[in-house]
Formats: sequence, C-alpha cells, structure tokens
Amino acid sequence: MLAVGLAGCGKQSILTTRSKPAHDIALLWWWMLAAAVVVFFGALALLIVAWVKRDTPGLPFVGEREDLTQGMVLLFGIAVPLVALVALFGVSDVYLVGQTAPPNPRTTSMTVDVIGHQWWWEVRYDGGRAVTANEIHIPVNTRVNLVATSADVIHSFWVPALNRKIDMIPGLRNRILLDATSTGEYRGQCSQFCGFQHAHMGLEVFVQTPAAFRAWLANQSRPAPPPPSAQAQAGERVFMNSQCASCHTIAGTPARGDVGPNLTHLATRTTLAAAEIPNRPAWLAAWIRNPQKIKPGDRMPDLGMNATQVSELVAYLDELK
Amino acid sequence: MATVVSPRGQRYVDELDQIWIERRGLWGWLTTTNHKRIGIMYFFTALAFFGAGGVEALLIRTQLIGPNGTVLSPQAYDEVFTMHGITMIFLFVIPMTTGAFGNYLIPLMIGARDMAFPRLNALSYWIFLGSGLFMYASLVQGHAPNAGWFDYVPLASKQFDPGNNIDYYGYGLIFNGISSTIASINFIVTIFKLRAPGMSINRMPLFCFAFLAVAFALLFALPSLSVAALFLELDRQLGFHFYDAAFGGAPLLWQNLFWIFGHPEVYIIILPAFGIATAIIPTFVHRKMVLFPLVALAEILVAFLGFGVWVHHMFTVGFSTLTTVYFAAASMIITIPSAIQLFAWIATILTGTPQFKTPLLFIVGFIVYFIMGGLSGITVAAIPFDQQVHDSYYVVAHFHMVIFGAAVYPILGGMYFWFPKLTGRMYNERVGKISFWLTFVGTFVTFFPMHIVGILGMPRRNYTYSPGLGWTFLNFVESIGAYILAVGLVLIVANLFFSYFRGADAGNDPFGGDTLEWSTSSPPPAYNFAVIPTVTSPYPMWDRADRERDSGRLDAGEGLLNRGHLTPATTVQDADADEILSMPPHSGWPPLTAFMLTGVFVMLVLHHYWIALGFAAAAGLTLIGWHQRETSP
Repeated sequence: MLAVGLAGCGKQSILTTRSKPAHDIALLWWWMLAAAVVVFFGALALLIVAWVKRDTPGLPFVGEREDLTQGMVLLFGIAVPLVALVALFGVSDVYLVGQTAPPNPRTTSMTVDVIGHQWWWEVRYDGGRAVTANEIHIPVNTRVNLVATSADVIHSFWVPALNRKIDMIPGLRNRILLDATSTGEYRGQCSQFCGFQHAHMGLEVFVQTPAAFRAWLANQSRPAPPPPSAQAQAGERVFMNSQCASCHTIAGTPARGDVGPNLTHLATRTTLAAAEIPNRPAWLAAWIRNPQKIKPGDRMPDLGMNATQVSELVAYLDELK
Repeated sequence: MATVVSPRGQRYVDELDQIWIERRGLWGWLTTTNHKRIGIMYFFTALAFFGAGGVEALLIRTQLIGPNGTVLSPQAYDEVFTMHGITMIFLFVIPMTTGAFGNYLIPLMIGARDMAFPRLNALSYWIFLGSGLFMYASLVQGHAPNAGWFDYVPLASKQFDPGNNIDYYGYGLIFNGISSTIASINFIVTIFKLRAPGMSINRMPLFCFAFLAVAFALLFALPSLSVAALFLELDRQLGFHFYDAAFGGAPLLWQNLFWIFGHPEVYIIILPAFGIATAIIPTFVHRKMVLFPLVALAEILVAFLGFGVWVHHMFTVGFSTLTTVYFAAASMIITIPSAIQLFAWIATILTGTPQFKTPLLFIVGFIVYFIMGGLSGITVAAIPFDQQVHDSYYVVAHFHMVIFGAAVYPILGGMYFWFPKLTGRMYNERVGKISFWLTFVGTFVTFFPMHIVGILGMPRRNYTYSPGLGWTFLNFVESIGAYILAVGLVLIVANLFFSYFRGADAGNDPFGGDTLEWSTSSPPPAYNFAVIPTVTSPYPMWDRADRERDSGRLDAGEGLLNRGHLTPATTVQDADADEILSMPPHSGWPPLTAFMLTGVFVMLVLHHYWIALGFAAAAGLTLIGWHQRETSP
C-alpha cells in the first residue's frame, strides 16, 4: 500500500523516474527499504519477547547461558551488519555511484549551462547563443551534459525524475548527466537553502522529440520579434524607459540587464516566477503589479505602475514568442 | 549507605556538614562551586531553552500545517528554523547532557566530592548562560540568525545578509564554545583523576565512558567550529575573503570546517544518550550489561570514528567519486560499534527480568527510534541515494529520529530516573507512563511521515509549499503529531513539578541502582559521601559487603577527609590513592568573569569595539582576582 502510494503520487517524487540513473536509485531504495523493514521488525520482535517473558531471566527456551547471549550480540552487532554493509557498499558506492557520476563530456551530445540566482534559474545553450530561464528543454534519449554553477549563493539543481541533485556553488562548475528516456514535463526545485524565496525556486524540464527540440532552440536563438500591435509597442516603450530594462535582457533591444531572467522569448514559457505561477496574461499582470505579494523578499521590486502601463507591458511581453 | 547512623558516625557527619556548609539564598547560588548546584542550574537553563526551541518547532509545524501558510513571513520563518536548530543543539542537548547530567552525576558515580575544577565548572555554566542569552537577544533586536544552523556561506556573508543576524550566530558560537571547552577539560581531569580508590578504568561505569568520549570529542571538534566562526566574522567585519570565491576564497572551506566539527557533534549529542541508557538498563532489568568491555570500547570508537565522516554531509557539492566513496565507507563502519551497543542493550533487556517502569520505557523508545534513525542513516551512506534525498525532508526525518528519538529520549528517561535522587521524592508512575506513550506516539506521527514527504521531493527549509505536489496531507499529519508530542513533553515536566511537592518519600535507592550515587542520601549532601567509598567492580552498589564496610568505616572515623574541603585523587589507570586535593569553596569570580565576557560579545555585535576592549580588560582583571588565594570559609 505504501509502495503504491509512494510510486503513484507526487510530481517531484524520486520514485517516478524517467532516466536510468534515477531508476537505478529508486530500485536501490526499494531494496534498502526491504532490508530495513526486516531488521527493524526483527529487533522489535526481540523487544516484544523481552516484554512477554519479563519475569524469567535468561534467553527464552535457553536460559541463562551467558555465552549464547554474548554470541547473539556479536552475531547481530558485528557479523550480520558487516555482511549487509559490504553488499550495500558494493552495489551503491562502487557500482551505482559510477552511474550518477558527472559524465565524460566526450560521451555527451550537448551541453546546457544552468546558473542559479536568488531565486530563479538562468539556462544557457550553445555558450549563450540562446538564453532562457526556469524552463530547460532537452531532447529525449540524448546524453546532455548539464553544467551547474551559481551567480550568488549556493543553490542545488534537483529534478528527481531525471537524476540525483548537484550543488551550484559560486566559482565551481559542477556537472551532471541528463538522459531522459521519455518525453514529458518534469518538475524540479532548488534543494539547498538559499534565502527568503528558497521555497519558490522551482524549475521545469521539458523533454521533447529531437525535431521539436531543434525547432524550439532555433527560435530561442533568434532576437525578440518586434511588437506587432500599437499596445505592444507602447508596452515596449514602458519597458525600455522604466526599471525593467536595467534588470532584464531582451535580445534585439537595448534592454541588457542581468539581475533578472532573460525575457527574449518569455511568451514561449509556461510559467513565471521560477515555475511558481502560470504564464497567463492575468498572472503576468498580477506579478508585475505586486511581485512582493507572490514572492515576499524577492529581488523584483514593486514598480508602482498604473493600470494602463501594466496592460501595455503585458501586451508587449505576451508577444515575445 | 546505611540509613541508620550510629551516634558516633553522626558526629562525623555533622562535622562534614559544617565544613561543606553552603551559602543560602540567591547569593549562594550565584557564587556556588558545588557540582550539584551547578548541574541544577544547567538543568533549568537548558530546560528553558528546550521550551523556547519547542515553541519554535511548533511555529514551524503550524506554518506548514497546510500549503501556502501565512503564519510566518519568509523572513520570520528563516529566523525561527535557524534558532530552533541552534537552540536544540547548542543550548539544549549539549548543556543538558554534559552540563546537567554530567555535572550532577559524574562526581557521584565515581565517588568524588566535586568536579576537579569547581570554579572552572561555575565559569562554564555562567558562560553558557551568557552565550544563550546573547543569542536570544538577537530575537529582541529582531535580527535573529537566519541562514540555518550550518549557516552556509555565501548566503551568510555580509553581501547577502547585511544585518547583524549572522554576527549573533558567529560570535555566539565562539562564546558558547569557550564554555564547552572548559567543561570538557574539567570532565576529562575529573574522570581520570578523581575516581574513588579501586575504581580502575575497567571498573568505571559505562555512563562515565560515554561522557569521557564526549569530552574528548568536544575538545577536538570545537576548535574547527571556532576557527570557522572566526573566519566568518573576519570576512563579515573586516573584509577578509576566506569564503569569498570572487577573491580566491572558497565557500566549501566553510562547509569543510563546519562539518569537521559538525559530525563529531552528532556523536557528542548521542553518546550521552548511550551513557544514560547503559545506566538505566541494568537497574531495571536486574542484571549486568552484556559484554561490558566491548560496549565501553564501542562508545569510545564511535566518538573516534565520528571525526572521519564529515564529507557525508557534502556528497552533492561535486567532490570526486573517490573522495565521497572513502567517506561513505567510513560512515558505514560506524554502524558496527553502534550495532554492538544496540544489541548489547537489547540482549541485556531480553535476558534480564525487566520491570518496564517509566525510565526503562523511555530507553525502549530510544532503542526503537535509534534503530529507525540508524537504518535511514545507513541508506544515506549509499551515495547515489543520498544525492537524491540530500537536503530533503527524508534527511530531516533521519536526524530527528536520531537526535530527538534517540538522543533526547534518554534525557527524558534520565529525568525520571534520577528525579528521586535529586529531590528525595518519587515521580508519579501512572502519569509517567501516560507521558511516555504520548511522547512516543507524537514522535512517530511527527517524524515518520517526513521520510515519505522527502521521497516525494519536498526540500527542507521551505517556508511554505504549493498544493498539488502530494505533500499536503502528510504535512498536516506531521503538525498534528507535533502537538501530541508537545502535550507529552509538558506532561513530563508537570509530573516532575507536582511530584516535587507531593511525591512519596523515595529513600536513598528506590530502584536498586548499581552505581555509587544511590549509596548516598537523596538529595546528596554537599560533600556527596561521608566516607570516601572503595570500589571493587563496575557495579559498586550491588557489592553489598563493600558498602557495609563503608558504613563501618564511618563509625570508625576512617576515610572521612574531614580536615577541610578535601577530596581524594587517584592514579589514572588503576585508581590507587594518590593525593588529597583541597577544593576551593564558593567564589564570586566565575560569574563576574562570565559577565565581562558577555559584555565583550555584546559590544562586538553592536560594533562598539573600544567598549568591547574595555570589557576584555575587565575580564582579564577578574582572572587576577580569581587567582588570588582565597580564604577558607
């Protein structure tokens, strides 16, 4: 029952696996759980026997043979754990650890750089030809070399369905393998405490067919499309003349800020605010109007815009496809 | 010892009472150097901090009872969970075990009249009190530490945490470390030199072995923490770059230094619990510990091996596989001495005739949760699995099973066990059992679901979570468990509180204990033992002839040491009589020194460096006063 419950639910469960390393770790967990259940209930049984025979000294059916009592301690305290630990060590720390080790870059077909920020993820392809945020796209059945680092404090990259986690540490370039076995959308979250909005630092990985991925990447590599409507053009002016442009980049425009996420193709993303709210005009407007309400303590300030400016901005951003 | 004292013996007892007379009232407590009074002060101070840490825990669980909780702001949540960790580890468990239990019981168990350095002992208490109040003053200022109890940089650097929140942490831990260092030295010397004649190392109670191991571990682990905290403050106050990657520093240096302290610390927390378990079990199962020497060795080994495993807190930082594999192997090896002790306790209970009274129930609860926490501990020594669940609620579940379920249960059981010794009265057994079951069920309901929530991907230290991730129901259950647990803990305190006034008369030895503290009156006199006992086995109270001989010596006026504040010292290994030590009487210097040191740290955190220097000079002056020869009382 527990097993079904664990495997069935949870968008971020380590037991809903879509890659070989994650699958192997989950399998290791089930074996460890089975062994732990045996040990736990075995020891509990000894305590229950002690309670049942509480008025007679010595081992049940054996009596007060001190050598047998001592033998029991040596057996369960040294011999059994030694065998079990050697087995576990061999499986997990000799064999499996190699599966989850950073991949040799020569065995991977592409590299994605992910940079942690308070409190969002910068995602760079081809050394910065395409830059996006909080949503990583990768092709299915492809070995991807993910390079993780940080622009400020320590974060940790963790998408349980695809692999174990790796810390993102300023000054270090840690690596991990992403090699998804089926297309789909997988949730992850920062798992190293990184400040006020640590709880709202989610990300999504989109595993696509190679063709769909190539099309997506080609689009992401282009500069932003020009605003199509008058309202969107007004929105662009608001953006360039306010604080927005000093923190965000939109390729093909003067906006070159590097504090917040790159917005060049914002409208192609499904979520906002590090995978916390859906990317729909109403949510986008709410976020621009009062980001501190949605993520208190976030770096995005309250910009004090009026309703017209907000709707113009939303019209502009919603066309960044 | 003999409850009936002959008139001749009584005269010697009256004489000792006069020699060891203690000042009364508040002044008496302020200037005391008596290990029992200091232990009691430690007890109540640590208990108060336990209450504060408990309230913080309840705030956390109330915030997380449902998704998108709004009881605490993210800022407040970060301060609350950080203070919860700091409080429980530095201001509750360590002072409660070494400070309260160790201080009160070790001289009694080894047949000494006090700790080796009574004034130093007082100093360690007053510094602990000062450092605790110092860290809690941050809450009053509204700037409590907020980067977690392991305080990773760069989050804790000036750049990302510009207030003085982190300075309360950095200075507070350096300050607190002085207290623990002093206490460790005192324990080591006391246990090595003040054991009763005949109590050779192999006849020392297992409780003392555990505390000896803890004292050594603290002594070697704390410098790493103090250095780490000093570097942190140099970075923050004077612009050094120990941890700053942009200037050639290394954020991982902090993690290494912290965990070089932090992992031995885990065993420092749990070893006293092992010691208390080995004191309670033989008494209630009416037999000696199975494999005494192996258990003693295992206690020492756990403390020693604990120094070689710190990287298992850092399996996800990107170290090479070879490095992590070594530390995984070392972590797995610790299972062996732990399992030896575990099965020695189980075998002792199984082959004895156990009476499941409240203290033993808490030890059984401890064993159950220690197995649970130990097993989950082995799973995170499997590196790939650890790399999945690291910093998730699975780890939170693991260390609360170990630290609360395993380390705190013996403290609770020990409170019941030694209550009659401290007060001369019995606790209420029925209420005691109810309090155990509430605590036991509350612990399970609070912490067990955390394993599952962690497996479902919930990271720790989230001030809230969204619905739809499968975490909502389990978090609700955990919070309900926390309330049950709180009721159980309050019931324990209430039981002891009312028993203090209404409990039945306990006598010297209500449980048939095996160690020397049960031979003296309840509560013990200031000098502990009228006659210095002579010991011939690790279970001196079960050697009736020895204890009767002691009574005889009282009548004969032998072994009294009644020419002043005296206690015998013996040789380190064999405990042969060595010399007679003259113990200092009460002294006002230790609290004064601690007060000046508190001033130093308060002024540092407020950036009044010249005043801080003044307090430091004043602290130096108090040491001069301290070392003036004091007149006898």
